[in-house]
Amino acid sequence: MASLTLKSGLRDMFLEGSRHVSELGGYATVSGSQAWVDALNLKHKELNDLLREVASQGARDITVRNVFGQRYIGTRLNTVSGCNVNLSIYGTAGNDLGAFLNGQRLTVYGNTQDGVGNTMNEGEIIVHGKAGDVAAMSMRGGKIFIRNNVGYRTAIHMKEYNDKVPVLVIGGTAQDFFGEYMAGGIVILLGLGLAEGKNHNANYVGTGMHGGVIFVRGNIEKSQLGKDVGIYTTDDRDMEIVRQYSGEFAQRFGLNTEEILQAQFRKILPLSKRPYGSIYAY
Amino acid sequence: MAMTGYGRKNSERYLPDQGREACGLFGVMNTSGKRFPGNIAISAIKNIKVRGNGLGGGFAVYGIYPDYKDYYALHIMFENKRREVKTVVEKYLTENFNVAYDEQIPTNAQVSLFHPPLVWRYFVTPEKKGDERNLSDDEFVVDKVMHINTSIDDAYVFSSGKNMGVFKGVGFPGEIADYFLLDKLYEGYIWTVHSRFPTNTPGWWGGSHPFSILDWTVVHNGEISSYGTNRRFLEMYGYYCTLYTDTEVMAYAVDFLMRRQGLPIEVVSKIFAPPMWDTIEQMREKEKHLNTTLRMVYGPLLLNGPFTVIVARHNEMFGITDRIRLRPITAGAKDDMVYLSSEEAAIRSVAPDLDFAWTPHGGNPVVVRMNSTDHLLSMDNSI
Amino acid sequence: MYSYLLPEFAIERKTERCIKCRVCERQCPVGGHKYDPDFDAMFSYEEVCVGCQRCAVFCPTGALCVQPHSSQYRLNYSWSREKLQDLKKQAETGGVILTGSGNDKPYKVYWDHLVLNASQVTNPSIDPLREPMELKTFLGKKPDSLEIDLNKEGFEIKSELNPNKMIELPVAFSAMSYGAISYQAFLSLAMAAKEIGTLFNTGEGGLPLEMREKYGGNAVVQCASGRFGVDSEYFNCASIVEIKIGQGAKPGIGGHLPGEKVSFNVARNRMIPEGTDALSPAPQHDIYSIEDLSMLIYALKEVTNYTKPISVKIAAVNHVAAIASGIVRAGADIIAIDGIRGGTGSAPKIIRDNIGIPLELALAAIDKRLRDEGIRNKCSVIAAGGFRCSGDVLKAIALGADAVYIGTSALVAMGCTLCQKCYTGKCSWGVCTQDPYLSKRLNPEIASVKLVNLLRSWEHEIKEMLGGMGINAIESIRGNRDHLRGVGLEGWELDVLGVKGAGE
Repeated sequence: MASLTLKSGLRDMFLEGSRHVSELGGYATVSGSQAWVDALNLKHKELNDLLREVASQGARDITVRNVFGQRYIGTRLNTVSGCNVNLSIYGTAGNDLGAFLNGQRLTVYGNTQDGVGNTMNEGEIIVHGKAGDVAAMSMRGGKIFIRNNVGYRTAIHMKEYNDKVPVLVIGGTAQDFFGEYMAGGIVILLGLGLAEGKNHNANYVGTGMHGGVIFVRGNIEKSQLGKDVGIYTTDDRDMEIVRQYSGEFAQRFGLNTEEILQAQFRKILPLSKRPYGSIYAY
Repeated sequence: MAMTGYGRKNSERYLPDQGREACGLFGVMNTSGKRFPGNIAISAIKNIKVRGNGLGGGFAVYGIYPDYKDYYALHIMFENKRREVKTVVEKYLTENFNVAYDEQIPTNAQVSLFHPPLVWRYFVTPEKKGDERNLSDDEFVVDKVMHINTSIDDAYVFSSGKNMGVFKGVGFPGEIADYFLLDKLYEGYIWTVHSRFPTNTPGWWGGSHPFSILDWTVVHNGEISSYGTNRRFLEMYGYYCTLYTDTEVMAYAVDFLMRRQGLPIEVVSKIFAPPMWDTIEQMREKEKHLNTTLRMVYGPLLLNGPFTVIVARHNEMFGITDRIRLRPITAGAKDDMVYLSSEEAAIRSVAPDLDFAWTPHGGNPVVVRMNSTDHLLSMDNSI
Repeated sequence: MYSYLLPEFAIERKTERCIKCRVCERQCPVGGHKYDPDFDAMFSYEEVCVGCQRCAVFCPTGALCVQPHSSQYRLNYSWSREKLQDLKKQAETGGVILTGSGNDKPYKVYWDHLVLNASQVTNPSIDPLREPMELKTFLGKKPDSLEIDLNKEGFEIKSELNPNKMIELPVAFSAMSYGAISYQAFLSLAMAAKEIGTLFNTGEGGLPLEMREKYGGNAVVQCASGRFGVDSEYFNCASIVEIKIGQGAKPGIGGHLPGEKVSFNVARNRMIPEGTDALSPAPQHDIYSIEDLSMLIYALKEVTNYTKPISVKIAAVNHVAAIASGIVRAGADIIAIDGIRGGTGSAPKIIRDNIGIPLELALAAIDKRLRDEGIRNKCSVIAAGGFRCSGDVLKAIALGADAVYIGTSALVAMGCTLCQKCYTGKCSWGVCTQDPYLSKRLNPEIASVKLVNLLRSWEHEIKEMLGGMGINAIESIRGNRDHLRGVGLEGWELDVLGVKGAGE
């Protein structure tokens, strides 16, 4: 081991073996504004090259099948000017789905992994399944609808500015550190799959939260909340918001809004816009 | 554990750096014990190629040597293909073991990898002498393996269990599989795989994972921030690190708690990834007492920092993350096949029609046991 | 509660010179001077004075002298005045003590123990005033080899190249966000960088929309843990995208831009409501491991369509060489390494003064490690943290840096006096403040000229030193440790630095 002088060099696990987009014609069919892509065996960059290519050719409704973990789907469409694409994704979308997304609509028929809508700016992500950890991290605009559950640190450091308010609606429950560091935006946790009498899954909810609001349907104990937030009853204006986005959620997944609204909602709010204002000596 | 005193005289200052790793993991087990070929594990790990960087890949496979199932199967690599070292090792083996059979591990000459060593396997039973008769077979084997690994330059035993084997090297795991012809020559009922992204010891075959001790194997992703504390605690009990990696420390911790102290993984998981104190506060008295005592006694074995680990031995495979789930794990089940992986996509790519796919709560182990459905218990509080 | 703290500074007013013009009163943002009409006299309030010297510089009659207060506790080697004052301050507030600027503790400054070489007899030195002396530097990944075809038109490069950014001088401005520093200071840096042909770095406060077209080509934009002002247009307007993992002044912790500093414009840039704390988490929550870093690096390559080099900035800590190797292997095109003396607008003093390792040792270790692994060409290395003069810069390049970031030096050029009170937002020099009354004191037209002057003078000095060594291109000194010698260093230090002792 010590005597080893050979250099191992560097291999690029991401780009190694990637084919040029001109060699990938067989994976895509474009017809007018429609396109179909078969992602089976396509590497991450190959798939995104291809999506960019078909979008550049004018495709606005793109269906991608056989997705098995390819990352950053939708991200590079930002670089095609003036393009607003409807992307239907079948399979398991990879990490950072729609990272930095700026105005497309991604619908996933299947589960997603970590980093859904990472630092997303505009657009919409609809997941007919669950999401992994850090979904909607630093999200600053647009909407995300997740039909089932979400993992750890969902909506972490979500932000808002003036009328740019991101919205995240989750059909199921969430794991720990839900809404950590949240600085803005609207998050609705519906808990539709929760068994009778069972609390939501997450602990440390809203720890460090200093902006935005989380609406919760289904039971959550005070001990599950971070020390920087309080839980309150909703008023009529709150319920208008809940009704609107629960309605959009229900519409996307073919559910009944009224049934969702029958249960009680409560809201989690930060106790201060400046949770750490007093911990320093000047 | 009677290990040689490697490192004992060294000042901490001169110890090698902790190996820093990050990785992709995959494990699959048939809970009925049916053996199956390697294509599942190989395809799955290829799916998450980007989690490694081509500087290490490896497999642990259980149930591959039914003809020699009562013999310890020693897989030994000889760096720089030094035959003279092989002679030294073989002399040592014949002094201490009955070698029933040995052969070069078949490799595919078509696959070109970085600086491959000569790799040989020996099926052996212990030949104990004198005081050694007081040692169990396992302790004896561990002692001899440690001797070779620390005292014979350029020889490294990287697998020493019965009816199982580790295959590893420098390259992407898919290349390692091709090199060792894993998809063609072997069938096992557990396969675990590791795709490595090291920042230390790049380019050394022995540094790849899985790390193993007897039939225990560990594949691991993350970096243990408590490494120094864990390592120095284990040293008190005679475990001296030779590789200086997180994975090694984790393997020793598992060996210490599970094999030597006989604790089940359900308890060990509370040592590695204990609940937070404010969670413990809310527990019922008996549970509170258990968790408090475990933290009090085994605090130095709390594995702090991000990790996911998949540990296997005969009849059991389990996966666990750190207590605030800084590394990912997803489990999947279809009939009697149970899968663990860094990413769900890797499981789906080999088993599109799962009965269940779930991500357990941080620190909650997914325990897969022979002829049991224990793994489904981890669906509680999962997503 | 009556404060038991001793004043840090004494304000001496020579009454025979004082004309009671009240300039000092207007210039002092903390109320250190007050005119009392009843007595027709100027009074000093020393307990608030931070020693910024604004009043002394602006006093038209030279009547003011501000110096460390001569009241002393009993001298004690272990329990220094600073330690006692901090204890009292914490007893009075229960708070974490904040500070600004870089580490001021007496850790060894290795630049002061390294000397450079010059030609004597065996090869000629070169006169930079009359002969070419080249400092152009490329930042980014270089291929292992080039595939070149010969056809009718001559030689043609077939290899696909990674994006590289060319700068005219291997000195760029370090990350200082709009929010931490004033808009005027931020703009001054951008103007100077454009004029010189080098880079400024936005930090994590975003890049104002009106600056993007004009200064984007000279901008390094950061993607940091707070993701403030981050969207795809921000990335695509810049020339380099930098992932900020850590900062030399505060490795391992995040930052809190206090609500007072989040003014209307800062809020607009960061895209958060006015007056809220801008919290930068300690880690980037999508990076918990090296393969996660790789994931973000490629996310940024995707969002910029593979047209920009991606930099990763880390603080120098233990195992930094191994970490750097991992960063290169994760796909980064540039590594920026910030040492223990790196500056900050605000950091807990306990962190700034105790965490991290000196840049010089880290830089040497990284350069060696990457060469040992055969991957040094796969990334550029930018060194940062405490560069005080062009000599420091050239020594860093000789140790192996491709370029350096300067922060504090640039601030000093604009007026900063290192009073270390940046975190209060009351910078009297208009550098580190969002108070319009204070920030308008800094005129970008003038400050940018000062910055340009600073870089031009360093450029000349670097050329003089290079010429003295008989070298006329910066690439020939890069990593050329033959031209360095150590003075007053121990064996292990010379080993880590990879330089011989003087005379060896």
